[in-house]
Amino acid sequence: MSFLEVRDLHVTVAEKEILKGLNLRIESGEVHAIMGPNGSGKSTLASVLAGRPGFQITGGSISFLDQDIAHLEPDEIAHLGIFLAFQYPVEIPGVSNMEFLKASVDSLHAARGEQPLSTVEFMKAVRTVATDLDLNPEFLKRGVNEGFSGGEKKRNEILQLLLLQPRLAVLDETDSGLDIDALQVVAAGVNRFSAPGNAVLLITHYQRLLNYIVPDAVHVLSQGQIVRSGGKELALELEEKGYGWITE
Amino acid sequence: MQSEYSAGFTTDVESETLPPGLDESVVRFISQKKEEPEWLRDWRLEAYAGWRQMTPPEWAHVHFPPINFEAISYYSAPKSQGDGPKSLDEVDPELLETYEKLGIPLHEQEMLAGVVKDPDSVARPRVAVDAVFDSVSIATTFKDKLAEAGVIFCSISEAVHEHPELVQKYLGSVVPRRDNYYAALNSAVFSDGSFVYIPKGVRCPMELSTYFRINARNTGQFERTLIIAEEGSYVSYLEGCTAPMRDENQLHAAVVELVAMDDAEIKYSTVQNWYPGDKDGKGGIYNFVTKRGACIGKRSKISWTQVETGSAITWKYPSVVLRGESSVGEFYSVALTNNYQQADTGTKMIHMGPDTRSTIISKGISAGKSQNSYRGLVRTTPSAHGARNYTQCDSLLIGGASGAHTFPYIESSNPSAIVEHEATTSKVSDEQLFLCQQRGIDAEKAVSMIVNGFCKEVFRELPMEFAVEAAKLLEVSLEGAVG
Repeated sequence: MSFLEVRDLHVTVAEKEILKGLNLRIESGEVHAIMGPNGSGKSTLASVLAGRPGFQITGGSISFLDQDIAHLEPDEIAHLGIFLAFQYPVEIPGVSNMEFLKASVDSLHAARGEQPLSTVEFMKAVRTVATDLDLNPEFLKRGVNEGFSGGEKKRNEILQLLLLQPRLAVLDETDSGLDIDALQVVAAGVNRFSAPGNAVLLITHYQRLLNYIVPDAVHVLSQGQIVRSGGKELALELEEKGYGWITE
Repeated sequence: MQSEYSAGFTTDVESETLPPGLDESVVRFISQKKEEPEWLRDWRLEAYAGWRQMTPPEWAHVHFPPINFEAISYYSAPKSQGDGPKSLDEVDPELLETYEKLGIPLHEQEMLAGVVKDPDSVARPRVAVDAVFDSVSIATTFKDKLAEAGVIFCSISEAVHEHPELVQKYLGSVVPRRDNYYAALNSAVFSDGSFVYIPKGVRCPMELSTYFRINARNTGQFERTLIIAEEGSYVSYLEGCTAPMRDENQLHAAVVELVAMDDAEIKYSTVQNWYPGDKDGKGGIYNFVTKRGACIGKRSKISWTQVETGSAITWKYPSVVLRGESSVGEFYSVALTNNYQQADTGTKMIHMGPDTRSTIISKGISAGKSQNSYRGLVRTTPSAHGARNYTQCDSLLIGGASGAHTFPYIESSNPSAIVEHEATTSKVSDEQLFLCQQRGIDAEKAVSMIVNGFCKEVFRELPMEFAVEAAKLLEVSLEGAVG
């Protein structure tokens, strides 16, 4: 049984083919990084794994925990345990972070046929995670991402990751726009999530996140295909030489 | 999946119903039926004469075929009710059961659960209820308890007999008989409604409420509510409404008048869940209502909070006339339209006294193929020195086929007055939906959560139990709005 297996995936966005036969296999317990120049299809891969509307799968397959997820609704995919940390988390004015997190936790519990957490249990879980991430509990009362700084938004994503405990975390350029302190907090959160039964897919443009999260494999995405895979040293090589020597 | 309108059942009860049609004899019949004094009969007849000369308003942003007023029955009352409200033990069990089914127990233990049935409800604070069924009030609870505090809470028919001096003094004092077409019609044929009198210095010991239920076919409901708050008194009043699901449109043309003396405060909250018609726009209530409060006294305050989810067409502008120095008017509104519903709603704040203040917060949500308009007037007269108004008017669109419109009117005749207006229009974005779904929340729940967030400023003005109901009602009303 494979954890995540993407085979010959073709994806079209607004009638333009972005992914052109992508293959990727991730086993549980692993951390993979996908790197590549702008426009190579990195964010498209993240979106399509999460079932985002507007991304047309025209060929190939995505199997997660031996289930075909290519045509599932985003909430169904979330229920199976795929979590996407957004590059630009959107604001939902008026809906408090706490309310949003509760709805999310409740729906995941319900999907798994589990009893819902009591409000007390839930609050306790949220506060513990928030403290670890150095987030002021006040921010739980604010609207979802409403008026958050870039760093706060990203930390909020990590808070959700730790609270919701998915099986696969896909981080779509979560490192972009972070100062070094925030980057370390994010990295610590991801490392805390990472465990034998889980897996992480880091999508990043820069090597620097990989100073804090050590990947088992690094893939280079170019023009909709993975053109090279290697160990963590590949990231360093890319940092030094750029992408040109691979993609040309 | 289309939601079912849970209040859409019919009660099988034998009624005494006037044949359809309207002329002077109908007006006389109603007056006679209620054994009204001469002055009131003449008052009605004059209203009728006025109505005959008027034409229906056509300026609202709503479209419907002309109403055939000859096809409506103007009086329908359950036979078992005899000549008016009885004690609770005497009320027809069939009627009690109807209200029970709607979540409005008329025994004096629980509160008005209200407009959405809530099986999970636990202990609720006590609320006195006046239950109006078609044309008559069938029961008013906690009357004795309220009387101890000096509060009068009864049907308006009863008030005409028991407190004629108050009724005669204030009826039509805020909404004159010829105020508008539907108010004139109501003045001619109103059949029942609630009457509230809070004496000087009394803080009403419990929430008061009226629950309006239309049951009979082809009838209109024309009720009249009058609330008088004497100097330094306070009352919070709730209003709920439902009707069976029927294919034809039914007219509901109410008049509500509020009077607040020096330092008095009236808080009037409405959760309106009249049958909205089916998903193709068939049937539903025409809710053409005139609601107005007069802040007569200094530092008096009138606050309207409304959550409008029902009716095929809503035409309603709860207003405040700010006469007293430093009096305050507030209007908090959530109007949600789905499918083919149309709403043209808002408020009028008429500033006449110095240092008067008003706040308008309006939240319009349009889904399906509905049309939702905010229409508001803020007027400051030459005597309204230092008057201030703040208006915030937000529209939220769901899907691509609905419409949101804003018609603000500002008439300022006093250079020292400050009138502020802010308006926004937003959409429930695909990004927001995707974020929610990615976190496991299904699309319908997500939309309802986003809409509730959008309405938060209004919901917090509602009494707690009502706010919970309102949130649930929005959720039910939004079903089928996505996907």
